[in-house]
Amino acid sequence: MKLEDLKDKTAIVGVGNTPFSALYKTRNPMRNSYTLGLEAFKNALDDSGLNKDDIDGIIVSRIPSYTDMCVMTGIDNPRLTNVLEGSGRMSGIAIQYAAMAVYTGMANVVACIYGNDGQSVGASYGGEFGFIDNYNTPFGMTSPGASVALMWQRHMHEYGTTSEDLGTLAISQREFASKNPNAVMHAPISMEQYLNSRYICSPLRLFDYCLINDGGVCIIVTTAERAKDCKKPPVYIMGTAQAGSHNPYYHVEDYNWKAMQIVADQVYQMAGVGTCDIDCAQIYDNFLPVVMFSLEGYGFCPKGESGQWIRNGRIGQDGDLPINTSGGHCSESYMQGWGLHVEAVRQLRGECGERQIKDAEIIQYICSSPVCSSHILRR
Amino acid sequence: MLTYTKPLPVYNAIDAPYWQALFQHELRMQKCSACDKIWFPPGSVCPKCLCEKYHWEKLKGTGKIWSWVVFHKLYIPSYSDDIPYNVAAVKLDEGPMLTSNIVQCSNDTIKCDMPVEIVFDDVTKEITLPVFRPSGKRSI
Repeated sequence: MKLEDLKDKTAIVGVGNTPFSALYKTRNPMRNSYTLGLEAFKNALDDSGLNKDDIDGIIVSRIPSYTDMCVMTGIDNPRLTNVLEGSGRMSGIAIQYAAMAVYTGMANVVACIYGNDGQSVGASYGGEFGFIDNYNTPFGMTSPGASVALMWQRHMHEYGTTSEDLGTLAISQREFASKNPNAVMHAPISMEQYLNSRYICSPLRLFDYCLINDGGVCIIVTTAERAKDCKKPPVYIMGTAQAGSHNPYYHVEDYNWKAMQIVADQVYQMAGVGTCDIDCAQIYDNFLPVVMFSLEGYGFCPKGESGQWIRNGRIGQDGDLPINTSGGHCSESYMQGWGLHVEAVRQLRGECGERQIKDAEIIQYICSSPVCSSHILRR
Repeated sequence: MLTYTKPLPVYNAIDAPYWQALFQHELRMQKCSACDKIWFPPGSVCPKCLCEKYHWEKLKGTGKIWSWVVFHKLYIPSYSDDIPYNVAAVKLDEGPMLTSNIVQCSNDTIKCDMPVEIVFDDVTKEITLPVFRPSGKRSI
């Protein structure tokens, strides 16, 4: 079997999510990763036109127990069950596993369910009480954001990129978010506001960091054949790939480029397209420099040139490569890649209203992290 | 004597020699007896050839700042008096990278690729942390 055999053979047929903006403004003691995942699951089922009984595969992430989730959904005997750790790199991996499962017949329809109650439980993504990493914590080093700050400082030193480059990206994503009614952050920002925002871990500022908010997402995957009978036009998975970038620290001397190259080679080969064919990209932005590293790692621009490359509207709504059209993790919602997949599907279906990208036919999802992954999706 | 309240390493059987060497004011890392690879963080076999024979090689304690940051947000409560404090990733001359702090140097003079040398900081009666200062500084 060749990798290319998988091209267009599987599809995303249903996406669902909770509100993000509304949840951000309220508290509810009933809310947890299960309730959030359940709401998203119900919405994804409605979106697909499938019945609950059609689901015979369940993959959950950031939801501690698949058993509890299956009990709550009344899906007692799925043919495929698993839990993936609650890290963002797992969103792309969940969908890849689901695609492999339905393609091989190990399941017919897989629901990938994610619930994030990070805001409710006061997640800080750093300095967790009682947690000691011998080689980091005793030096005050904590949080993935600080690792990305280390990489960005180095990138600026090596290539001459600047804070203004990140500002360009922050402004562009917020502009998209201002056209997204479900985005947590709506108010457009200026370069002056960006540069004056407080440092969290310099050289990174507040606007370089993802939000911390509650929400749930569900994505339903089946075969291209079954997808034809679903309610909405299928979004086909043209290519999928992952590669580990396993290192002693979250900061990596090569910005994860070696892993990205492996992923890029596979995903473009499988999909039979190249960077110039991508109409729009959803790029994992836990911290904004990661988008820059990704643009360089996947070959959208030469190494070190992402800062210049994103200028002059190239990544905006009418640009060559609109990026993070929902507002991404820094402006829409921190759903750890799950929301970016939903946005890709809705853009391909033409459901994005004011922020809709004209004639979007092929969209790429990209995540750079200790496991790099990418999908190429088409309508 | 003031009590040290910041996080301390909780070491185990595998990395105890690393911390014990630091306590003796030596930086030592595992070196493979078969292929000479020096690796960090500590592990029970060589990550290159999987050989389980190694010794704790004494390193020079010199290197360059690969990169550095300054924490402005307080994540770890015991660091409240230190904000803003620096954290650096120091690339040792022998290859491995260490997370550490740059001392005897103000944050605004730290630069990538700056040569640094180790300072053994005896933070408690049992624990010594490896921090770094710009190379060539006289001991204070």
